[in-house]
Amino acid sequence: MNTNYAIDLSLKPTTFDLWHVCLAGTVALLSIIMIVLLLSVLIGMLRCRKKRQSSQQQVMTAEPVVKVVEKIVEVEKIVQAPAPEPIVLKESTPDAALQLLSLLQKEARFIDFIKEDISAYADVEIGVAARVVHEGCSKAINEHFTLAPVRTEQEGNKITLAQGFDAATVRLTGNIVGTAPFTGTLIHKGWQVNNIRLPKLTQGHNASIIAPAEVEL
Amino acid sequence: MDYSDTENLGTEPHQLAEKASEQVRNEPGKEQRRYSVGIDLGTTHCVLSYAVINNSEDDLFLQHVMAIPQLTSPGVVEENAQLPSFLYQPHEAELADGSTSLPWIAKPDFLVGEIARNLGSKTPIRLVSSAKSWLCHTGVDCKAPILPAEAPEEVARVSPFQATTAYLQHLRDAWQSLHPNAPLAQQDVVITVPASFDPAARELTVEAAKSIGLTQAILLEEPQAALYSWIENSQGDWRNHAGCGDIILVIDVGGGTTDLSLIAVTQNNGNLELTRVAVGDHILLGGDNMDLALAYSVKSKLEKEGKRLEPWQIQALTHSCRDAKEKIFNHPDIDTIPMVVANRGSSLIGGSLRTELTREEVQRLLVEGFFPQVAVAEKPVSRVRTGLRTAGLPYAQDAAITRHLAAFLSKQQAATEDLQDINLPENATFLHPTAVLFNGGVLKAQALAGRLMEVLNAWLAAEQAPAARLLTGADLDLAVAKGAAYYGFVRKGKGVRIKGGTAAAYYVGIESAMPAVPGMAPDVQALCIAPFGMEEGTQEELPDDEFGLVIGEPVRFRFFGSKTRREDKVGVRLDYWTDEELSELDEIEITLSEEGRRPGEVVPVHLCAVVTEIGTLELHAVSQKDNSRWKIEFDVRTGE
Repeated sequence: MNTNYAIDLSLKPTTFDLWHVCLAGTVALLSIIMIVLLLSVLIGMLRCRKKRQSSQQQVMTAEPVVKVVEKIVEVEKIVQAPAPEPIVLKESTPDAALQLLSLLQKEARFIDFIKEDISAYADVEIGVAARVVHEGCSKAINEHFTLAPVRTEQEGNKITLAQGFDAATVRLTGNIVGTAPFTGTLIHKGWQVNNIRLPKLTQGHNASIIAPAEVEL
Repeated sequence: MDYSDTENLGTEPHQLAEKASEQVRNEPGKEQRRYSVGIDLGTTHCVLSYAVINNSEDDLFLQHVMAIPQLTSPGVVEENAQLPSFLYQPHEAELADGSTSLPWIAKPDFLVGEIARNLGSKTPIRLVSSAKSWLCHTGVDCKAPILPAEAPEEVARVSPFQATTAYLQHLRDAWQSLHPNAPLAQQDVVITVPASFDPAARELTVEAAKSIGLTQAILLEEPQAALYSWIENSQGDWRNHAGCGDIILVIDVGGGTTDLSLIAVTQNNGNLELTRVAVGDHILLGGDNMDLALAYSVKSKLEKEGKRLEPWQIQALTHSCRDAKEKIFNHPDIDTIPMVVANRGSSLIGGSLRTELTREEVQRLLVEGFFPQVAVAEKPVSRVRTGLRTAGLPYAQDAAITRHLAAFLSKQQAATEDLQDINLPENATFLHPTAVLFNGGVLKAQALAGRLMEVLNAWLAAEQAPAARLLTGADLDLAVAKGAAYYGFVRKGKGVRIKGGTAAAYYVGIESAMPAVPGMAPDVQALCIAPFGMEEGTQEELPDDEFGLVIGEPVRFRFFGSKTRREDKVGVRLDYWTDEELSELDEIEITLSEEGRRPGEVVPVHLCAVVTEIGTLELHAVSQKDNSRWKIEFDVRTGE
């Protein structure tokens, strides 16, 4: 059997034998794998980008909401305790409204005031109680919320809203016709909450008890 | 979770600390420390401030005050810069299960912080407050369970030492939960103490820190910390505000105590040097007394109208008075603040009491009551105590802070005699400060700070001395903690350091060899064992004064301190002294352990005083024969 192979690059194959079939098959297979791989990478990247965009959009839409009570403060706490079961502070999500009521009751006797029948009292007496409520409310609100006016201009002044103003932060009323820029009178400067610092609650805490009954022994 | 688990929680970081220090020992070249942490362990509030000092090349000092997670009411955790120094022991049926958990522990042994103060305001028999003042109270054993002093038998009591440890432990755990990768035991920790703390109280503070694994913690006097904070705050500009020859008076009026210190500015080879030359006595007088004074005045006003007040109403009144006072001080146009004590029941409008606090009252009670215009020669009034005294804190009897200040400056007239850069005029009857630094929340009120300056400058003017300047720019509430963190930075050689050493000279009482006279106590001589201004890391020995001590038998010595005798060298014996010069501290006790010796053997020893790097004074009995040493205990109280 002749095992001497000569290398001659000018030679052209004339017979399409089994070896050539195998060779062609391998090339085809490899190229298919390549294409599939590249495609999957491309699709994966596209998906990722979409997700990031959508989450950014969520953040964007969540920001200007001024509804104080429903806003969720998500503070992730890394708790490293050597105890067998880690203690996780409950997020204030569903309890936030109750929490706010509890704060207002504690500092300002808010629920007491609202629940009392004031028709039986003279204005002077109500005024005395209103001081307690006002003082306490302002303490509770200032401690837990950072409030700022939406517009810093003087109320009653004329202001102009350029095209593309944020309709969520400025509400147009009255004779709304024509196109922006709109010029009108600032009736109310608006309020926005820039920061919320609500207390965290322990796992077992029953937030629906706004004020526990008090029994003196 | 049961208690044994929580105890484990308490001890584990201690072991960690030991491991860590081992690591430091094993790898001396490697930088382990990352933060400089300053802890202001106040009478009414604790504050923790910290800064990264990792990069030793970097001169930048960026400081933070830690928001301390703490329970504010059952089930509610909030973060505040201040941790109220109160401890509350709830009854087992008082709080619902799980309503006292903190981010790092499910069921703490004691409640500390805001919740303790809140619950304790309605149930005072379970509340421990002012533990720090008890540490410096001669005549009580600070490790004995004595607080709350007025609690019924059933309530478990804690010792002032335990309470202090609990506050430190809360701070340590809070730190750990916020910086899980940087255990506090591996940071540079500076704990502040009042300048007037005696050696026993300092020792107890260090011991409390050690018991929770902070073996590396060092002490710093609060007025010094305030000055450090001012220096740090000035961003290097302080040299333009204080010069050679200045005497800076630091007046620290906190919630419960008033602390005074004098710091001299001198020059050495062209560099400014700061030396703490004198500290005042431990005066239990502060902002809380002022709020109480207002509350009682309002109370008597209401009683004149025929309205009786219950104890809880006075409590509520004290709170409103604090707020009203601040409003009157901060708003010059407000002359009366209406005050309402709300009914405790749910009917708010029906049962509320209304009264008002006027500017005139605040002026009379606070400005004239606590800061009266007095002559510098006046001394604080001290009434003779009635025979039966309840076991309570020795509150200052004279509420006039200006009078305490006058007495301090007169007493310390000679404080700067050794310093060449500072010359008092011939006619001076008191030490003339040239600059004043305020600290403590009380002095945020312009009316009070202004009055204090006015009185001081009147004294100076009477002796033709220039008026003292007010050094401004420090945060009066947080300066001590901030200054303490900065001190950790300074200790790395990054800034000017205040020299000081011990703030007093210390003496032991020795019975003089005299024939006994019936009915007369034998005369006592005071033997100086540590001179004034002993620097940290130095020691003094008294080889010539020898005592024979019996093995196994405790021997007690009377112990004295003097904040004015600067010239006494070690070994000096005083036959006579006035009460003003030397004040008696708690007795000290030496017990020679029996290791390798026969009980009953008499060992000749001499005394040796060491001021440690930590800032505490240690006394040792050293055997003349083989140089073995025994530590002498401070915290042996005579009150037992």
